[in-house]
Amino acid sequence: MTNQSITQKLANPTRFMSLSGAILPWLAGLAVAVIVFGLYRGWTAPPDYQQGETIRIMYIHVPAAWLAMLGYALVAISSFGLLVFRHPLADVSAKAAAPIGAAFTLLALVTGSLWGKPMWGTYWVWDARLTSVLMLFFLYLGLMALRSSIEEETLAAKLTAVLALVGVIILPFIKISVEGLSVPWLGLEIPAWNTLHQPSSVFRSDGPKIHASQLYPLLYCALGFTLLFFALHMKGMRNEILRRRVKALRIAEVDRARAAEAAAPAE
Amino acid sequence: MAMSPFFTLLRRDITLALREGGAIGTALGFYLIVIAMLPLGLGPDLNLLSRIAPGLLWIALLLSALLSLGRMFETDHEDGSLELLAIGGTPLELVAAAKALAHWLTTGIPLALLAPLLGILLNLDLSAYGVLVLTMLVGTPAISFLGAIGAALTLRARRGGLLLALLILPLYVPTLIYGIQAISGALLAGQSFWPSFLILAALSLGSLVLGPLAAAAALRIQLQ
Repeated sequence: MTNQSITQKLANPTRFMSLSGAILPWLAGLAVAVIVFGLYRGWTAPPDYQQGETIRIMYIHVPAAWLAMLGYALVAISSFGLLVFRHPLADVSAKAAAPIGAAFTLLALVTGSLWGKPMWGTYWVWDARLTSVLMLFFLYLGLMALRSSIEEETLAAKLTAVLALVGVIILPFIKISVEGLSVPWLGLEIPAWNTLHQPSSVFRSDGPKIHASQLYPLLYCALGFTLLFFALHMKGMRNEILRRRVKALRIAEVDRARAAEAAAPAE
Repeated sequence: MAMSPFFTLLRRDITLALREGGAIGTALGFYLIVIAMLPLGLGPDLNLLSRIAPGLLWIALLLSALLSLGRMFETDHEDGSLELLAIGGTPLELVAAAKALAHWLTTGIPLALLAPLLGILLNLDLSAYGVLVLTMLVGTPAISFLGAIGAALTLRARRGGLLLALLILPLYVPTLIYGIQAISGALLAGQSFWPSFLILAALSLGSLVLGPLAAAAALRIQLQ
């Protein structure tokens, strides 16, 4: 027992339920507190000299975009855990993470588009980064659609995991083909897809230059939303475990009733 | 004459596709119809059509190839021969590879060869014909081999056909982008053809490895 790793100890759903039940209220409370503090700091931060008040969209947009990627990483790691280690909670984790990641991806797209209207004059441009995030959103939709269209749950779990891992392999290629890639020390230079149509004037190549008065609120918001992500993920996992227990109880009840029915005429 | 199981299976699938009729004809007919509908929707401006013809031909080709993807494992699953193949001596990866290759030979190549003919409808520049067919021949293996993953994943899903498109189309993004880039690289001055073309070839070669592995994993899960 003492040689068990943390993941092995958590493999027991009952132990996970009691542990997560103790942690979740604190995690959720902390997430709310940090988000409120971060948004307050973002609200009181000075407006950008160029972008004006629209800079405040960034305090939600950037954490959402970061969590969109973290969400997929979590789905992929959980899928790997299911297929390779057959960890009993891996599928619960993958199933819970997908809709949360998809929601943050959508949030990143929507906030980006709201920011794009005043800054670029349009809600949507086929900019390289927007396009690759949109493709990530499609991959999330594919994962959820595949899971919901297969009736047998263990089968759906494993097939969705295969798709998630295929997505991990192909996602970098989608990203590179759309956003380009530059590795100076290898002499590798793949141009971005949209440079044929419009030169990038917004994303500067010399890296994001951001003043400390805007950077700290952003970091607080990123931390807060990350805590929120994990709180939601934990809640989602708990709900999924409970749902499975209810289902198992229902099936047991039906079996019991059937057995009683079969035994009745013999009496 | 003894043939390896791989080639036996390949020949069987090609024979089935040819004799069954419908399979190849439907894809080609769909390709023709989609391309013929486009000028009706976009307007008959030949300059506009000529400019966007490579993109239209590529996208319509993707959609046409998707039509027959769903059948790749379906019929064999229905009559039980897929299970026999799974318990036979040939690795399931090779079975999946043979089926994907058969799909490419009977769908990818005919569609790629039909494309220049349909280019006439879109006023495609004459100098683009060679490059168009070349990029399609090199790019379409990725469609069949990545498509095999989708076909295997949706084998037991409800509404498998539509789901297949949702799962697989995002995976075709790199192939589509580099296919179009190679064509415009060959046509426009100041752009190069080879880098995009070689990446397109690399994507097809990569899918040759990834496709059968992932498809076999998905099939194995369902046949247990």
